[in-house]
Amino acid sequence: MAERPGLEAYCRLLGGAVRSQLAYPASFGLQLVGQALAQGVDLLAILVLFGRVAAMGGFSRDEVLLIYGLASVGFGLADLAVGQLDQLPDLIRSGQLDAMLLRPLSVLGQLCAADLALRRLGRVVAGAVTLGYALLAVEITWTPARVALVIVSPLSAAVILGAIWVAAASVCFWVVDGRELANSVTYGSNEFTSYPITIFSDWVRRLLAFIVPGAFVAYYPVLGLLGKPDPLGLPAVLRWCAPLAAVTAATLVWRTGLRRYVGTGS
Amino acid sequence: MRPSPRSRAGSPAVETQDLRREFRRRRSDPVVAVDSVTLSIAPGEAVGFLGPNGAGKSTTIKMLTGILVPTAGHVRVCGLEPVRRRRELARRIGVVFGQRSHLWWDLPLVESFELLRAVHRVPAAVFADRLERHVELLDMAGFLRTPVRQLSLGQRMRGEVTAALLHDPELVVLDEPTIGLDLASKERLRGFLAGVNAERGVTLLLTTHDLPDVERLCRRLVVIDQGRVLVDGDLDTLRRRFGGARQLVVELVEPSAALDGLPGVLAVTVEAGGLRQRLAFSPSQTTAATLIADVARRVAVRDLTVTEPSIEDLVRTLYAS
Repeated sequence: MAERPGLEAYCRLLGGAVRSQLAYPASFGLQLVGQALAQGVDLLAILVLFGRVAAMGGFSRDEVLLIYGLASVGFGLADLAVGQLDQLPDLIRSGQLDAMLLRPLSVLGQLCAADLALRRLGRVVAGAVTLGYALLAVEITWTPARVALVIVSPLSAAVILGAIWVAAASVCFWVVDGRELANSVTYGSNEFTSYPITIFSDWVRRLLAFIVPGAFVAYYPVLGLLGKPDPLGLPAVLRWCAPLAAVTAATLVWRTGLRRYVGTGS
Repeated sequence: MRPSPRSRAGSPAVETQDLRREFRRRRSDPVVAVDSVTLSIAPGEAVGFLGPNGAGKSTTIKMLTGILVPTAGHVRVCGLEPVRRRRELARRIGVVFGQRSHLWWDLPLVESFELLRAVHRVPAAVFADRLERHVELLDMAGFLRTPVRQLSLGQRMRGEVTAALLHDPELVVLDEPTIGLDLASKERLRGFLAGVNAERGVTLLLTTHDLPDVERLCRRLVVIDQGRVLVDGDLDTLRRRFGGARQLVVELVEPSAALDGLPGVLAVTVEAGGLRQRLAFSPSQTTAATLIADVARRVAVRDLTVTEPSIEDLVRTLYAS
């Protein structure tokens, strides 16, 4: 049995990645601001929309902002942790992936630690501000369970989105340049998870709930917070299983992909 | 418990039997990159692994280091099956790719070493000691704090080699380690690697197109072509048998017919309308000095050079035989 390397190695690699980025402070600063601005534009779109309509899929403006804020924080955190996976085709082409295979660590772990994209903090901060505002603005009957839900939800959202991205990035092991496909999933997921699923058509709702567990990112936690009924009538336990199921599925897809890469060397 | 390095000294460092690798292509027959490679390298050996581009060297190395699964055949490195025991193997081997970096581009060189220390979990005291020795032997003190992206190729290669050795591997695989280096850098690196092999007993497997690399470092030569081992043997023996020809290149004052018939000369090539002639000669039958004297007696010589047989020449002779 191979040794389990301690967390230390990964933490060190992360530290190295952070120091690498700070080697270019101006570029870092600009990207940080850019990410926050991009998130702000999305927010503006929601506000403009609600200038015209009073409710969206049965949700008020502030309730949608709650979904949106939660999804944004989740998206930002996931982006922070695994966003660099979209460089996988480059890493394969440049041979950096081979270099990772030559180290006594997990390849996925190294990839996550290879680049903690701190510039993406801009998105997390913008999302957190929105979330904070929305939590104060909507009416929530606070119970201990709901407090726990508010704390756990952003992390669970990040885990689900991260898992979706890992699975999407794994496509690059099969398709040499699968980046476009992977990007449409990762950035597309930002759009899909930011709104109540009731605004989508029936088949998209089911897709979000069952195939790509996007509905569990922000929509279901907000249903729980607001005490609204579930339009799909799913058992509540599913909500808790979603992150676990997503991680399990993503790990499986990733492993299969990596095995294929080692098998084909393409 | 992991056995300490060297404790498996009994098993070969590298052992392959009919190792084969095909690459599937869409709608056509698979390409056979490695056809059948059978090889055994004992701990402490230094082996030059040669062959023309596309002969299957890199593919073989990928299979040895656990980056690529063989299509068929048997492979053990340090007694381990490379792909299945990839992480364990990674602790026991070091790999240097001449055209790829294992260092952190934007960080000072020494920080890459620190990161690799954590990755391989080398105790701090042992690490400090080893690093100090490498810094001294490879003269790295002057650029240890320089970001890797600002290093010259020669400096970076010294860093790469150090990076591959800091966890004290049993086997080091080097793929074109001297490619692109100037003569002084090449020589320094060769000297260092020779010491690593001789003093620390580290097994070396080296691919190169540079014959002096092999001459300086390897007592044994394995030549592969079209995915098969063509020759496997002691370097001196191989040179005596196949690659003895050195070449005397003479620039003449006036054009002359081919300088045929000189003792010990195997072949004459005429260039520049007879102004330049290349005389391949066998060192066992004549010396460069005698041959020069012979030539000077027949024609007026403006300039001359003696060239050693290149690895390509040796390899070409090996194919022809």
